[in-house]
Amino acid sequence: MFRRLEARGTGATVTLQFEGRAVTALAGESVASALLAAGLTAGRQTPKTGAPRGPFCMMGTCFECLMVIDGEANRQACQVPVAEGMTVARQEGAAALALDADPVP
Amino acid sequence: MSAGRDLIIVGAGPAGLAAAARAAEGGARVLLLDDQPAPGGQIWRGVGGAPGAGDDVLGAEYAAGRAALARLERAGVARAAGATVWQVTAEGEVGWSAEGRSRLVRAPFVLLATGAMERPMPVPGWTLPGVMTAGGAQTLLKSAALAAEGAVFAGCGPLLYLVVAQYLRAGVPVAAVLDTTAPAGRLDALAHLPGALLRADLLLKGQRWLGEIRRSGTRVIRGVTDLRILGTERAEGIAYQRDRGAWERIAAAHVFLHQGVVPNPNLAMAAGIAQVWDDTQLCWRPRTDRWGRSSALGLFVAGDGAGIDGAVAAEAKGELAALQILHGLGRLTASARDAAARPVFQRLAREQRARPFLDRWFRPAPQFRVPEAADTLVCRCEEITRGEIDRAIDTGLAGPNQLKSFTRAGMGPCQGRLCGLTVQELIARRTGRGPEAVGYYRLRPPIKPLSLGELADLEIEEAAPADEGADLGAGAAPHG
Repeated sequence: MFRRLEARGTGATVTLQFEGRAVTALAGESVASALLAAGLTAGRQTPKTGAPRGPFCMMGTCFECLMVIDGEANRQACQVPVAEGMTVARQEGAAALALDADPVP
Repeated sequence: MSAGRDLIIVGAGPAGLAAAARAAEGGARVLLLDDQPAPGGQIWRGVGGAPGAGDDVLGAEYAAGRAALARLERAGVARAAGATVWQVTAEGEVGWSAEGRSRLVRAPFVLLATGAMERPMPVPGWTLPGVMTAGGAQTLLKSAALAAEGAVFAGCGPLLYLVVAQYLRAGVPVAAVLDTTAPAGRLDALAHLPGALLRADLLLKGQRWLGEIRRSGTRVIRGVTDLRILGTERAEGIAYQRDRGAWERIAAAHVFLHQGVVPNPNLAMAAGIAQVWDDTQLCWRPRTDRWGRSSALGLFVAGDGAGIDGAVAAEAKGELAALQILHGLGRLTASARDAAARPVFQRLAREQRARPFLDRWFRPAPQFRVPEAADTLVCRCEEITRGEIDRAIDTGLAGPNQLKSFTRAGMGPCQGRLCGLTVQELIARRTGRGPEAVGYYRLRPPIKPLSLGELADLEIEEAAPADEGADLGAGAAPHG
C-alpha cells in the first residue's frame, strides 16, 4: 500500500469520482498516482486473458495504466493530471468501441 | 520555414531544456513539445511544482532541475506540455496531439530529445499488479510524494540504489534489496577502473547511497541469480536464488524492478534515423556526429536518447546540438560556435569517463535479459510467452518483424518498448546470429496510439518555402 509523505506545494486537493466513489487527490498529480494512493492495485484487465494489470512505468512507456477517464477509454492514467469532478473507471478487457459516446465528427 | 519557426524540440528533459534555452538565447524561434504534464523529463519529474517529496528526500541533483526550468523561462521558449508526438519524418514534419487536437507542424531543424526508458526485466510474474519499475517508484516519489512500505527492490544499477536511499531518507522501510549484479560484468569492468577513477566523485556518490542503505540495516542480498514474483491476482512476494542455490522467499505487496536504462528508440527509429548497435550498453542508439546530427538532414538527436551518459551529459549534448543548429541558421559563425562548444565538449567528455566501467559493472545478466522459463511473458501487451516465441523462431522465421506477424509480439500499445530488446536477443541466441544482424522491430508512425477522431481533425500547417538562411548542415548526412 502506498502512503503519502509530506508533499511540496500548497496541499490543494481535487476530488475525482472513481467508479462512484469520491477520491481526494493532490492538485498536480496524475490519475494513476491518485488511485494508487487510494489503494488501487489493478486499473485494467487485459483484452486477451482478462489478467489484472496495474501502473508499471509511470512515464507513459508501458501502457499498463490504461483506464476510462471522463468516458474515454485507453487513456494513460499516469500521464493525465487529476481534475475536479473527473470520472475514472477501470478498463475491462478490450476497450469498447463506444461510438455513441465518441461520435465520429 | 513555417510559422516563423526554426527548431522543433521533442522532449523537455535535461537535453531538450538545455537545447531550447540555448537556441532561443541565440535568437532561434523554438517550439518545445513534451508529453509529460510539466517540463523536467524523468530525472527532474515534477520539480517545477508537482506535489512530490521534499528536496531533503530527493537530493540536490533533483533540486538542480529548477535552474534549468528558470533558464527556459528566461529564454522565452514557446512550448506545449501534455503534447504527444506521434510522428517525425525525415523531412522535418512533426505530428503531435494535445487535448484531443492533432497538428502537423514543420521546421528546418528538429531535435529529438526523448531520453531513456528502463530496460525490460522479464522475470516470472513481472506483469502482476504491485510490480513496478524502480523508476516508476521514483516517479511516484517525485511527483506525488508516494512511497510503499515494505517493498522489495530487485535488480542492478545506480538508479536502484538511489531510489532505495531516497525511500530510507523519507523514513520508509524497505523489506530487502535483491542485487542481481553479475560477477562476470564486474571482472570485465575492472579493466576500465582507471578511467572511472578520474570520476571518483561519481563512484563515491554510489558508495554513499550504498552506505545509507547499509547503515539503515536494510537487508541487501547479493549474488541473486534468479527471481520469481509470487502471487496470482497481485504481487504477494518474491522468490530468489543466490548462486543458483535454494529458493528463498520474501513477502511483499510491492516489488520494484530495475536493470539499467536504454535509449527510448521509437521516435528516432520511426523517423528512419540510422541506428547503431551498442554492444556494451546492449541497446540501439541513433548514429550521430559530435553535434548530434543524425543520418536525416536537419534531424538531430541529443541526450540519453542518443546513448546513455546521464543527465549532466544530456544537458551538454543538448547545448551542442543547439550551437550547431544556430550555426546552420546563420546565427552563429563557425568560430563562435566552436568557441562556445569547447567547454561543453570538455564537460561531456568528463561525464563519459566513468561510463565504460559502469556499463560493464552493471551489465544485466543474461538470464534477466531473456527469461529462462518457457511460460514467462515476454510481450506484456499481447501476453506472449518465451515458449510461444521459441516455437515461432523454430519454424525458421527471419527476424523480429516476421515474429510480430506470427505471434503478435510487439503489436500492442507499447509498440515493442517492453519486449523489443528481449525478442531481438532471444532470436539472436536461438539462431546463433549476432543481435545486430537480427535487428529490431521495424517501427512506423504513429508511435503512440492516435484516435480516428484526432486524425480526422488533423490541422496541417502550410508548407512554406525553406528559409534561405537555413543551412541544414552540409556534411550532416554522412555519419561522422
